[in-house]
Amino acid sequence: MARNWEEFFVEKILLIAAVSSVVIILAIIGFVVGQGYTALGTIGIINFVFGLIWNPDYGLYGIFPLIIGTLSVVAVSLLFAVPLSILGAMFLAEVAPRTMRRILRPTIQTLAGVPSVIYGFFGLIVLVPFMRTHFGGSGFSILTASLILTVMVLPTILSISEDALRSIPVEYKEASLGLGATHWQTIKNVIFPAAIPGVITGVILGMGRAIGETMAVLMVAGNVPLIPTSILSPVRTLTANIALEMGEATGLHYNALFATGIVLLVIIVILLLIVNWVNYRQRVTIGGGYL
Amino acid sequence: MENIMQVKDLKTYFDDTNVLKDVNIDIPKNEVTSIIGPSGTGKSVFLRTLNRMNDVISTFRKEGTILLDGEDIYDPKIDAVDIRKRVGMVFQKPNPFPKSIFENVAYGMRVHGVYKKAQLQEVVERSLKGAALWDEVKDNLDKSAMSLSGGQQQRLCIARTIAVEPEVILMDEPCSALDPISTTKIEDLIHNLKNKYTIVIVTHNMQQATRVSKYTAFFLNGTIVEKGLTDKIFIEPEDKRTEDYITGRFG
Repeated sequence: MARNWEEFFVEKILLIAAVSSVVIILAIIGFVVGQGYTALGTIGIINFVFGLIWNPDYGLYGIFPLIIGTLSVVAVSLLFAVPLSILGAMFLAEVAPRTMRRILRPTIQTLAGVPSVIYGFFGLIVLVPFMRTHFGGSGFSILTASLILTVMVLPTILSISEDALRSIPVEYKEASLGLGATHWQTIKNVIFPAAIPGVITGVILGMGRAIGETMAVLMVAGNVPLIPTSILSPVRTLTANIALEMGEATGLHYNALFATGIVLLVIIVILLLIVNWVNYRQRVTIGGGYL
Repeated sequence: MENIMQVKDLKTYFDDTNVLKDVNIDIPKNEVTSIIGPSGTGKSVFLRTLNRMNDVISTFRKEGTILLDGEDIYDPKIDAVDIRKRVGMVFQKPNPFPKSIFENVAYGMRVHGVYKKAQLQEVVERSLKGAALWDEVKDNLDKSAMSLSGGQQQRLCIARTIAVEPEVILMDEPCSALDPISTTKIEDLIHNLKNKYTIVIVTHNMQQATRVSKYTAFFLNGTIVEKGLTDKIFIEPEDKRTEDYITGRFG
């Protein structure tokens, strides 16, 4: 009888542990949506999402420039990070000698663990003056923020891509080499194509990190809520918008910041759905043998 | 009788582990040579030494010489990639690429710089016919190779190998993952292929060795115990160990 009670309690404790994280997340989402919803109602979704001017002092709450800000910073950073990560992953998975890999891999993973404020501080002290001297302008720009973000998302994309490349059966590699293909032809034509679903997962997770990154971007992007005209224009991102104004916001302004959060959540959820879809497709394709 | 490959005093090592200990054998041209012997005696290592597939393992080292048409294939001036083009390989487990049937066969030509569609189509058709697979797949060349049966996949792998027109084809237990009917088809195929190619086949199946090959070499613990005409080895072996192995007393 005592044993049954023990079983009962352990099961319930495990259940509570599993459910509590879900409950906490739902509570936060519920709160954000609850607080932001009124703003969306008052301002109107179209005016909010596509409004061109963000100026709370005049009651103008258009976040379109902020969406463009986020997307441009993310896009430019991926433009740098994706090729660099994929080539780096190919090197680590296929070319690097064992000892070199043992040093490089932990080093790259450490990059992912550095607190973002340190990247931001480095960017502010080193990169911003550098850009100011060599490219003109204030030095606070899409390009500066993207360069910092590149370093931050690189470890994510690189290590997931490397795992994907490594998981390709050695039989494919042998078959290709056995036909007289060179190592690079084998990587390019057989190993990499087979690893693409994994690489895409890495890219999307890296993108998620780039979208969510607040502090480092806030410190070097300039934070002007205007649609950028060039890669050297300062921009404000959605996350920076919330972080910058949450201390002073009241009333509709306060609710509008939560509404900004809703837009961010929607973007992230869409990305996660894509990841799941790609993973699902990957599993199906391996089962059915299609690529 | 002309020998296309000559192996002299071959020793191989992985780190300090000596796998092949002094192997000497000539591979006659346009004939099938079987390599038999118990597991772990270095048959696959030997086969992979013939097309420099072991080169991809960083700890691999070899002594002795292997000649192909009188030329040392491990000569520093010779590119391993060229050797693998001339000495093709069919693996134990069918390993088609996760691409279409057409692309599998065309792959070797593509990596060697053939891009003309007409030429690719011609060679793909010829190779699939050569591998006795054409009639079964000619209407579905765009289908994934993974949708074929195991036996068809293995014949596709043979088609892929002959598409680059090697001189020698190495087969590492090509039927071990196949059912009897598929095995028969591959064996018939080997009979036809020897008119154009030289074949070296590793097999665990004694009957298969007697069915497909004119010559046989019996490997034991990294050396060749006995080699010669298949009929002779199976009917009146000279060495007691050969007799014990082929009659099933060990291995």
